Amino acid sequence: MKRWTAIWVFLVIAGVFLLTWRVAHPPQAAAVPAIAEAELSQLQRAVEPVNAELADLWKRHDVTPADAANDLTVLRRLSLALHGTVPSLEEVRAFEADARPDRLDHWTSDMLEDRRFADYFAERLGRSYVGVEGGQFIIFRRDRFKAWLADELQDHTPYDEVVQQMISAEGVWTGDGEVNFLTSGFADGEFDPNKITARTVRAFLGQRMDCAQCHDHPFEHWKQSEFEGLAAYYGKVSLSMAGVTDNRKKEFRIKADALDEGRVVAPGVPFNPEWCGTDGTPREQLARWMTHPENKRFERAVANRVWGLMFGKPFLQHLPVDDLPDPGTNNDLKTLDLLGAEFRAHDCDLRWLIRTIAATDAFRLSSKHPLATNADLTTLSPDEIEDLKKQVDQTGEYWAVFPLVRLRPEQVIGSMIQSTNIHTVDQNSHLIIRILRFARENDFVREFGDPGVDELQDRVGTIPQALLRMNGNLSRELTDPGGLLAPGRIASVSPTPEAAVNTAFMACLSRNATAKEIAYFAEHERWEKDRGQEIQDLYWTLFNSPEFSWNH
Amino acid sequence: MPFWPRHLPSQGCEKSVMHRTIQDWFSRVTRREALQIGLGLGVSCLLPSLELRAANKRGEERPKSLIVLWMAGGQSQLDSWDPHPESKYGGPVKAINTSVSGLQIANSYPHMAEQMQHLSVIRSMVSKEGDHERGTYYVQTGYRPDPTVIHPAMSAVVASRLHNPAVEIPQHIALATGEGFVVPRGGYLGNQLDAFRVFDPGNNLQNLNKQVDDQRQERRLEGLKVLSDSFRQGREFRVADTLHEHVVGQALTMMNSEQLKALKLDDEPKEVINRYGDSRFGRGCLVARRLVETGVRAIQVTLNGFDTHVNNHEGQAELAKTLDPAFAALVQDLVERDLWESTVVLCLTEFGRTPMIVLNEGRNHWPIGFSCVVGGGGFRSGVVVGETDPDAGAAEDNVALTKRTPPKDPVTVPDLYATILTQLGLDYQEEIITPIGRPLVLAEGTPISQLLPG
Repeated sequence: MKRWTAIWVFLVIAGVFLLTWRVAHPPQAAAVPAIAEAELSQLQRAVEPVNAELADLWKRHDVTPADAANDLTVLRRLSLALHGTVPSLEEVRAFEADARPDRLDHWTSDMLEDRRFADYFAERLGRSYVGVEGGQFIIFRRDRFKAWLADELQDHTPYDEVVQQMISAEGVWTGDGEVNFLTSGFADGEFDPNKITARTVRAFLGQRMDCAQCHDHPFEHWKQSEFEGLAAYYGKVSLSMAGVTDNRKKEFRIKADALDEGRVVAPGVPFNPEWCGTDGTPREQLARWMTHPENKRFERAVANRVWGLMFGKPFLQHLPVDDLPDPGTNNDLKTLDLLGAEFRAHDCDLRWLIRTIAATDAFRLSSKHPLATNADLTTLSPDEIEDLKKQVDQTGEYWAVFPLVRLRPEQVIGSMIQSTNIHTVDQNSHLIIRILRFARENDFVREFGDPGVDELQDRVGTIPQALLRMNGNLSRELTDPGGLLAPGRIASVSPTPEAAVNTAFMACLSRNATAKEIAYFAEHERWEKDRGQEIQDLYWTLFNSPEFSWNH
Repeated sequence: MPFWPRHLPSQGCEKSVMHRTIQDWFSRVTRREALQIGLGLGVSCLLPSLELRAANKRGEERPKSLIVLWMAGGQSQLDSWDPHPESKYGGPVKAINTSVSGLQIANSYPHMAEQMQHLSVIRSMVSKEGDHERGTYYVQTGYRPDPTVIHPAMSAVVASRLHNPAVEIPQHIALATGEGFVVPRGGYLGNQLDAFRVFDPGNNLQNLNKQVDDQRQERRLEGLKVLSDSFRQGREFRVADTLHEHVVGQALTMMNSEQLKALKLDDEPKEVINRYGDSRFGRGCLVARRLVETGVRAIQVTLNGFDTHVNNHEGQAELAKTLDPAFAALVQDLVERDLWESTVVLCLTEFGRTPMIVLNEGRNHWPIGFSCVVGGGGFRSGVVVGETDPDAGAAEDNVALTKRTPPKDPVTVPDLYATILTQLGLDYQEEIITPIGRPLVLAEGTPISQLLPG
């Protein structure tokens, strides 16, 4: 009880303060994004070879690409991937008013400069660097890590430098956010080099050597000794009064357990040792090796990761995002090589990589495919249906149709909150909205169940999630037509039920309602009787529809 | 009469025609859809033919359920089922006699001592994983962590193989689970077999009441159908693969199910709750019994806190105060209610604790010779499998943990699961093609003949 009273008192004070502040500082009108012509043609040149390779991939596997998706659908995909929510009504209206043929390229670039991108992408990328667990609070602060990473993204720090900072970090975890990359590897006050090594290889080489911790990799070529050599780079990591440092006297020993004396292992990399250089600390050398311009694995790893975050699935869909085969062993991965090279040529600029991927044909295809639509399933035999399904799967596997991917918990909640606000909820929003968003997001994510670090694996929804969406407090509060939120406002200001239905569809699904949907949801008699109830039911229905919960 | 009564009479409840239609539409899975679902997720278990096969195998026998009592953190075998008070590192623990002649357990388990005639103890469990996360994965699934595939927990396998069509609530339930997403997973069998979590059993069932009256709920669900139809256009197979409507249907069925009563304890006398212990774990065990009575096939109840690197004896004894009455009451009730022969109860942990006592009276992780208790479901009782040497730890001080001499008659986790699946009437060697194309058997071990009847 006390807690709630305190929260309410705080909210009221904050509200009064903010209302005053808001009057003095009216929000600025959304600026129409603009980028230089030269940059656009450069982007065009970057995308062309990727599109050519995708076309070739489709030809090689005998699949026909879907039609292009409409721009609003692509805007929704971008907003979900880069900001973690559906676009706001405000944004949708501005986008619709933008008549430029290449408006999507302009908008992508603009969305990347928004602080929401830095914050959201830091959360998504951060999972591969520090995991999702809370860790040992005393020496690990996930929030500090995320804030640091978000600042680096906001400042346009080249990605290779970001990685170097993490690997060679020294200092205190509360002051220097990147240090948490290392302190996430502490358990019971002891640093576990194996954990951080496995994570380093996964995150920055896009490969898995975890098994090689205990034995030689059963399928791949990794040897246990190679893993131990890499782990030895982290062997001197220790805690001191100054935080994390390298203890020069510390040797890296492979021990079976705490009682074992162990054997000393020297740092060593599995290939191209010359990339390490000779100066600097062991970890600085490892960082140099990892991000070396000739280390193709590094750029493929980031290309695959970012592809995965944009599409919801890694490029090689049947394998985990950080389990890529060796370079040159799979011809179908040429797309990743091209994207990686482009990323390198652009000074390891994450934004450029994102813009390139967002401009590819694959990202702009529809999630509908004529293959199944044109067939009359009722006339087909089970075997024929089976064949058809295989073809549909094949089309999806080679990116000839946009995948259906379940939204992550924070995307669901972010979208619920955004779609019940007319204006964009961002760093300029009313503080109360942001506080509520923070609290709700965390509760909801906990109840919804975080998918953890394997978030890019295929998964369906679960019963508890359906119950939470249908019956949870949050959906009740957000759809309440009595408040100041969008449902009430839409119901009261829309001239006709049709207009109200359309606006709600636009707010939730980023599209207009179809004639059939209008016919069902905009029954005049019902709206005249109780428009509040109608809008509330409509919002509830939209929240629970598959289209809301799945990126398409 | 209310349109959609909150408390439905247990039999012959009248549902409106409209209600039926909508509800059926959401829960309906046609053969074709089932085929698609099965193929889409590699879940061959959803195919009716296999379900029938499992049923035929069981023959006339009553269908069985599995309750796993999960001791999270690493329960010390020395402070529970395998005490060695006489040995150098035995610690302050005392052993007491039990209802099985010759079988002694730690004196912190007085209630269990009276129930041991129904149970058997395996004292020679061996694992290759000494880390909590990896160990938990290994012991819950029977497979070591593998980056390319997520294995289903044994309880998920049981839930899928012994699927009970009469059950309207989830078939795989985890009670008293902790923070985070550490529930037994469905793995490659699919997300829908992830255990349904109940944090605080008997209290606070969240999100199970609809927000509006029946009429409006009908209208909302009808609208949902309109939207689902729109979304399906052009995405025919792939929308079916999302199982969205199917899951919504299951959620609705659950919300309206009389069987939800199994998760509530309003009608349990206070003395019964007290007999189990009024803790999350105690109530979890009681709810587990009620779920078995309802026909739920796979239940896990978690008791957390066994990771006693410091003050091991006190820590383990403290948890025994929760485990002992709950476990004993569960066994007693299942026996009294004639459910013992159809319910396998397993008390298991990710690893044991070192025979050596380390700094600050602690014991560390010990995957090579720990204990589990198993019984019910027609298993032989009063059997003790394996034997540990209390001095082995000290004698092999310099040997790698997982390379030490195993205890007598070592039992691996896959062996344990092969035994349990066999006793549940399932083929532990059944191969499943995983999403990555690799066939995997349900359990890679060999059944422990000492425990099987006949």
